[in-house]
Amino acid sequence: MPKSVLVDLTRCIGCRGCQVACKSWNELSVVKTTITGSFENPPAMSETCYTRIRYQESEAGGKPVWNFVKEQCLHCKEPACASACPVGALVKTKSGAVAYDFDKCIGCRYCMVACPFEIPKYEWSKAQQPWVRKCTFCAERQADNLPPACVKTCPTGALLFGEADEVLAVAKKRLAADKKYTQSIYGEKEAGGTAWIYIADRPFAELGFNTKVPLEALPPLTWSSLSKIPMEIVGFVAVLGGLAWVRNRGPKGGE
Amino acid sequence: MAGEQKQEMKLMSGGAVVALLLAILGLGVGAYRLVYGLGAVTNLSDQYPWGLWISFDVMAGVALAAGGFTTTFAAYVLGWKKYKAVVRPAVLTAFLGYTLVGVGLFFDVGKPWQLWHPIINWNPQSMLFEVAWCVMLYLTVLFLEFSPNLFEGMGSPGLAKFMRNPVVLFPLVIAGIILSFGHQNSLGGLFLLSSAKLSHLWWSPLMNYWFYLSAVAAGLAMVSFETIVSHRSFKMEQPLPMLDGLARGTAVALAVYLGARGADLAVRGNLGLIFSEGKAGPLFLIEVVGLVALAVFLYRWAVVALPIMTHEEVH
Repeated sequence: MPKSVLVDLTRCIGCRGCQVACKSWNELSVVKTTITGSFENPPAMSETCYTRIRYQESEAGGKPVWNFVKEQCLHCKEPACASACPVGALVKTKSGAVAYDFDKCIGCRYCMVACPFEIPKYEWSKAQQPWVRKCTFCAERQADNLPPACVKTCPTGALLFGEADEVLAVAKKRLAADKKYTQSIYGEKEAGGTAWIYIADRPFAELGFNTKVPLEALPPLTWSSLSKIPMEIVGFVAVLGGLAWVRNRGPKGGE
Repeated sequence: MAGEQKQEMKLMSGGAVVALLLAILGLGVGAYRLVYGLGAVTNLSDQYPWGLWISFDVMAGVALAAGGFTTTFAAYVLGWKKYKAVVRPAVLTAFLGYTLVGVGLFFDVGKPWQLWHPIINWNPQSMLFEVAWCVMLYLTVLFLEFSPNLFEGMGSPGLAKFMRNPVVLFPLVIAGIILSFGHQNSLGGLFLLSSAKLSHLWWSPLMNYWFYLSAVAAGLAMVSFETIVSHRSFKMEQPLPMLDGLARGTAVALAVYLGARGADLAVRGNLGLIFSEGKAGPLFLIEVVGLVALAVFLYRWAVVALPIMTHEEVH
């Protein structure tokens, strides 16, 4: 049974413990940052930052409001990146993680073009062993029955890890029990559904979520074209062969 | 050939020197890229994982190689003999074009030494997997289509004759046409996944076919261009009946493309996006009206005017 994580944004206090835990567990190097005028740091996810808290500063009812939004790979149920990868270096595993195999990767970066959430990052500075980098859902921890590092660290229970159907049930229960929540679950339908789902007390568009992501899985968009190939080949051979035969009849056809 | 002496002199011309310098510069940058990585020589970023390089060379540039299958279709499948003369340069152009795409991709992918891996690691769900296989197979077919000329040059007329036997040649020609379709078509198909990222002035569930149609036009135009330039260089009279046909073909292909794009936008109710998508609207108009429609118009006009112009040039 695939695993899932519920991110309850109303419980996040922006401590960034998840960021630190992720860096430590994945042994990601630190980078020098600068003060940007916000408490947000670093300013974007990168090849050394698989997850971060976005500090969403906005106004609601005439008052400044702070919201903290955890960003990481959403681990789609039907990942566009995995369908895009020409060599199968990205695969959706049974546990729910979208796993990456560096040995297979050729570095074409089509996964980055394909991802509707713009998650995969590339090691542009490396010439010898450039990796595509993104959240691994701590697949190796999960294999040892441990929760992902970020979930383990979260002090407020903003991250709930468990069986996908149970996690979704909890999310629905919270929405039903408290009307402060926006009555929708981000990730339930986005891109055909994601393993990481979000609930919040404000509309997701106001929190900087990409609400233009299609609500159906993306791989079928390509497959509807790819699956026609056998028919197209048969059609082409029949039409071209027929044409060539009709047009080139005679003792010295073609020459 | 009478022009051989002149041809040797031409190799040292100003254009050739410029091309040579560009090639040396390119090799230098390529070597630098292999040592210091993509970040050191490109402006690529996580926001722009594919740059202009991919857009212009791998996507648009390779359409110039589409003359390979359009001319073999005309000359062999349809049996239009007047195009036979242009098959050889067109197939050579296609072969060089596809080879250059391969060379370009060698420098573009993060792990060049694994560029060939779609052969051993399969993902038939991937549009890029189809692109990779079409490129590899079509490059092989193009080589075989061109090989009779090589065999002749190498003094093996027997082999050349074998390759030109219709029983060998026609399956190759048909395979080439199918593989070209598969390739040009799937290049557009790469963006089918990006329905939420692309303006729907360009994105369409049928956009892969629009890529193919535009490639047909670009290929024919490229063959015309090469024919005119090479006949000028060798001071030969322009083969007007063939150029006329190529121009007509280009105009028809572009007109069909224009009609198809317009119908697609209209049927899917997206024409209004021209006014509501900010900068995308004017860019779309520049591309489709300013370039495609203008080209169709000019091609119709050129069909009439060309004989006079080339007559002037020859004398």
